[in-house]
Amino acid sequence: MKPGKKTGEKIIEFFLGGSASITVFTTLAIIVVLLVESVSFFREVSIIDFFTDTQWTPLFTDKHFGIVTLLSGTLLTSFIAIAIALPIGLSIAVFLSEYAPKKLRQTVKPMLELLAAVPTVVYGFFALIVVTPFLQTIIPGLSSFSSLSAGIVMGIMIIPYISSLSEDALFAVPYSLREASYGMGSTKFQTAFRVTMPAASSGIVVSIILAISRAIGETMIVTIAAGQHPNFTANPLVPIETMTAYIVQVSLGDVQHGTLEYKTIFAVGLTLFVFTFLLNTISHWIKNKYREEYE
Amino acid sequence: MNNIIINRLKDKIFKAWGIIATFIGIILLAVFIGDIFKDGIQRLNLDFLSSLPSRFSEKAGIKPAMMGSIWIMGFTAIISFPLGVAAGIYLEEYARKNKFSSFLEMNISNLAGVPSIIYGLLGVQIFVRALQFGNSILAGAFTLSLLILPIIIVATREAIKAVPNSIREGSYGMGATKWQTIWYQVLPASLGGILTGVILALSRAVGEAAPLIAVGALAYVPFVPSSPMDEFTVLPIQIFNWTSRPQHGFIINAAAAILVLLAITLIMNGIAVYLRNKWQKKLSG
Repeated sequence: MKPGKKTGEKIIEFFLGGSASITVFTTLAIIVVLLVESVSFFREVSIIDFFTDTQWTPLFTDKHFGIVTLLSGTLLTSFIAIAIALPIGLSIAVFLSEYAPKKLRQTVKPMLELLAAVPTVVYGFFALIVVTPFLQTIIPGLSSFSSLSAGIVMGIMIIPYISSLSEDALFAVPYSLREASYGMGSTKFQTAFRVTMPAASSGIVVSIILAISRAIGETMIVTIAAGQHPNFTANPLVPIETMTAYIVQVSLGDVQHGTLEYKTIFAVGLTLFVFTFLLNTISHWIKNKYREEYE
Repeated sequence: MNNIIINRLKDKIFKAWGIIATFIGIILLAVFIGDIFKDGIQRLNLDFLSSLPSRFSEKAGIKPAMMGSIWIMGFTAIISFPLGVAAGIYLEEYARKNKFSSFLEMNISNLAGVPSIIYGLLGVQIFVRALQFGNSILAGAFTLSLLILPIIIVATREAIKAVPNSIREGSYGMGATKWQTIWYQVLPASLGGILTGVILALSRAVGEAAPLIAVGALAYVPFVPSSPMDEFTVLPIQIFNWTSRPQHGFIINAAAAILVLLAITLIMNGIAVYLRNKWQKKLSG
């Protein structure tokens, strides 16, 4: 090989490696950006108040910075979304992998994935303009912004996150396990819930954790349909504000760089990041640790 | 005997419920889209596509938002495509399997799970302020590029992994260097899969509103951007803006703009699925 050729190869490898390391710099930059502004936020606001105060009013004259207020909004909408997506998503996964003919499975899976491909503003519009008025005819006390409506629509959106990954996990369970169960006279239902699902449990858990993390970070649906009313409540019928919606609300306004109001969005962002980071790390860890391998 | 009958009944009931569950989401989505279609189609005409926004709903159009989305998508593609593919090639073909590469892997799967609004906060501090791009198309495109980079990297790796090793060995046997093998053999063989991933990633980017709101994209833009340093808005933000107004006329406008956005998303997804099927046939055939 000519020496020039060898240097060329080295330069290319260096460039490729540089591109890969951008992902590391991205993570570092996210952490640094969030930490720097948050540290300067916590110089002005006591960290104890941040975790114990139950009011969130940074944009008013009487300022309170109780993150639990926004956190309760986030957890409430996410809980409703998971309560919708988990039973439906898991049933779809079991049905497609254990009951459905191959053809049906192949056509339905991409259709379900379309649910996750629809832009979230569109879901926000659905929730506010279609779902809320409909729910109001059933539940008279429902206000025009609510975590119920936003949560239900978000649940529909994350169905494929649970169904797709769980179905992959179920489908990977070797057929011999099922045959053994059928041979004992079990029905498909018994086999699915007593044999296949336990065998695929780590994959199913990972799919649920990822769906929770997705729900916590979801922004536009809750901004549009759940309101901008920080509210420390577990009542799904009233307007609330999530952490993500607060960041959007401040970004849309005229808040000047360097003010305390501006710094709040980074403190909120850091809280949000910690939550999703933990969930993602746990799911990654489960995936590696409990990887079922069958020969 | 009774037990058997009950168990068979349970089985039947679950099967029926499974069918309902499978189609309930798809049917609801179809109902939603039908509803939006009914509202939006009356407003969807050439005037709507070629007008500037306005205080009067019947005069308002989506030209700046549509052009903004095209600018953003173009620059996001230019930035993220080479970076993502290069990173994917490195991880699949060069990186040794050690602690560091498994750290890179975990980091990328973590990045894919970071909420998009957090990328917006990153973008406003790094691209808008530190690098002084301002609230420009360029700042927005860099932000979205970082957001979709993990998707492109993962798709690239999957596509490269699917290329059989015999092709590489054949190329090495002919005396080709590593890069020549990648450039002339591996990349052409995996291009279909890579493009599928890139198109899906871009279709995600074109639907994003939250990170662009954070980097300061405007809600009201009465001009069509003419350079990457211009301020801008995009379709999802225009839809968000109209949805949050009380007047019915703007809700109709939002529905019409959603039809345009959905058309773009569905076309991109359709192309991606078509490419994937064609590519899978080529690989297996």
